[in-house]
Amino acid sequence: MAEITYLEAIREALVEEMERDANVLCLGEDVGVFGGAFKVTEGLQARFGENRVIDTPISEIAIVGAAAGAAHMGLRPVAEMQFADFISCAYDMLTNYVATSRYRTGLACPMVVRGPSGGYVRGGPFHSQNPEAAFVHTPGLKIVCPATAEDAKGLLKSAIRDDDCVLFFEHKYLYRRIKGVMPAGDHLTPIGRARVAREGKDLSIITYGATVWKAIEAADQLAQTGVSVEVIDLRTLAPLDDDAIVATVKKTNRVVIVHEDTRTGGIAGEIAARINELCWEWLDAPVLRVTAHDVPLPSAATLEDFVLPQTADIVAAAQRVGTY
Amino acid sequence: MKGGARGAKRSAAAPAVAGRLSHSDKLSLYYWMRLTRTLEERLVNLHRQNKLVGGLFRSLGQEADAVGSAFAVEEHDVLSSLTRNLGSLLVKGATPVEVIRQHMATADSPTRGRDLGLHFADMGRGYIGHISPLGDMVAVMAGVTLSFKVRGEPRVGLVYLGDGATSTGAFHEGINFAAVQRCPLVVIAENNGYAYSTPTAKQSAAKRFVDKAAGYGVAGDHADGNDVLAVYEVTKRAVDRARSGGGVTLIELVTYRRRGHAEHDNQSYVPGGEVERWAAENDPIDRYVRVLIDREKVEQSDLDAIDVRATAEVDAATEQALRSPPPAGPDALADVYANPSRLAPHWYRR
Repeated sequence: MAEITYLEAIREALVEEMERDANVLCLGEDVGVFGGAFKVTEGLQARFGENRVIDTPISEIAIVGAAAGAAHMGLRPVAEMQFADFISCAYDMLTNYVATSRYRTGLACPMVVRGPSGGYVRGGPFHSQNPEAAFVHTPGLKIVCPATAEDAKGLLKSAIRDDDCVLFFEHKYLYRRIKGVMPAGDHLTPIGRARVAREGKDLSIITYGATVWKAIEAADQLAQTGVSVEVIDLRTLAPLDDDAIVATVKKTNRVVIVHEDTRTGGIAGEIAARINELCWEWLDAPVLRVTAHDVPLPSAATLEDFVLPQTADIVAAAQRVGTY
Repeated sequence: MKGGARGAKRSAAAPAVAGRLSHSDKLSLYYWMRLTRTLEERLVNLHRQNKLVGGLFRSLGQEADAVGSAFAVEEHDVLSSLTRNLGSLLVKGATPVEVIRQHMATADSPTRGRDLGLHFADMGRGYIGHISPLGDMVAVMAGVTLSFKVRGEPRVGLVYLGDGATSTGAFHEGINFAAVQRCPLVVIAENNGYAYSTPTAKQSAAKRFVDKAAGYGVAGDHADGNDVLAVYEVTKRAVDRARSGGGVTLIELVTYRRRGHAEHDNQSYVPGGEVERWAAENDPIDRYVRVLIDREKVEQSDLDAIDVRATAEVDAATEQALRSPPPAGPDALADVYANPSRLAPHWYRR
């Protein structure tokens, strides 16, 4: 089997699900003829027609709202945010309407809102954001952040089949840098389950998205100094996989949590709190965080590199936790 | 002030679609308006007895707007109601006991105590209540009607918003999206003079809300919202247009909010005499009674019988609702998601 990129894996998931279920449709800005700003939906409109791959006005509220309405009627809309940064334009629709609809009225919103998130690409303040924490705080939404091509495909297929709204944050840095061989058949990755990206016994790095790869790099470097690092790729942020978090804490007793998102109010705080509540007595060292600094993400390479977590930062944190 | 004069204006050159209404349809319109008012009056009593949860929002004087428009859609069509569309929901099949339970937040209310007032839905009967951020339902209904379009179903959507919600981004994005996609959607802007305390002049510089239709490239129409037959006609035209592939229509119904935003609101901002003038000169039920008696040759005794029926139904519904229990606390943890269908309580609540 040939390797395909993370981006191609996402497209493959869309194609397979659209082939499988006539209710699946895509909508978003420039997703049709143009195939999307990153070409994720390239070729889909030619294949499935204008009724199933819908170019929309620049209207994130309407894209998400219309997806919800269509979902009420039994369709399975996959709405694209051209950049995940723009999902904040639809914050009201997602948090007040979509997230509460089943709970209040019994009307389900089986829909996916997907789009490119993340930095390391010099995209600046409006094309680099990691908006996940704002939505993790909203009951009723599920949130997925794949790090591998295999999971990008398997999680998107699961998200499309999920009976609730899934926010699917792709990482644009990984789009064409990461490749994988897709498992044969109907490849579904379960939502809500983390993955051990690398086995280890001395210390755990818990992370997701693009920083999974930086954590693996850091683990490789630490291995050369004799430290065995386990890397947990959360894959899903809502619901968090408490069992996987507890299991790795009990195994290594030392934890660094890494994310690209800003620090204050980020997911790392939530994970640290859960570790505290669920398995504090298993810890041999304080839990440390490696995250972005609490600033808007600047454009210049020197600034962005300073703000975002780098492999060396993870190594430094791991050494500190490891020698505590 | 625009008060009395506004509501008295008649829809220009409306073809006589109301002619299609049978005699029994015309009596039904009266029944639904009467039921709306009687039910709301009962809710006022319950509210004063502290039996309701939350505020109470009246549609007094706007019953024709809600009932006449909802009467123009079919059973398989979907409407999204607003704060003052109790009449629309009743026409679409919501029952008085459901409405009272919903206002009491009982365990057996349509939202099982999770939400209040007219915030409830039943796709089987074809209605989705609004949410508090106004204008959002225009975008949602764009999607509902998009599904009709892509599946080639001959169904139509109807969404209401108030004069205030025409200022929201969701209204703009929703109607524009529906217009571009030529969705079978009818958008009714209910101009009742006030958004909470804010008069229409501070909401929009447009002379009429229906003038916005041109900017979206959709059909625009308007009617006297207190004339139930005119409301029916203008809505029916738009529904027929939508069903035959003609796309979106924006309708402005001019009416008047005779009570405050909710019952707590003393309307201190309303010029003296305005409410009284609308009540005396332009009550939609009074006006329709005159039409029925003068033009339709209905006997007053027939209308009295309908009034008795409406009261009996509301009495029975009240009795039933007052026996409904409140929801059990732990039920709050169910149905946030399909899977898991129930969340675990915190340890100190186990």
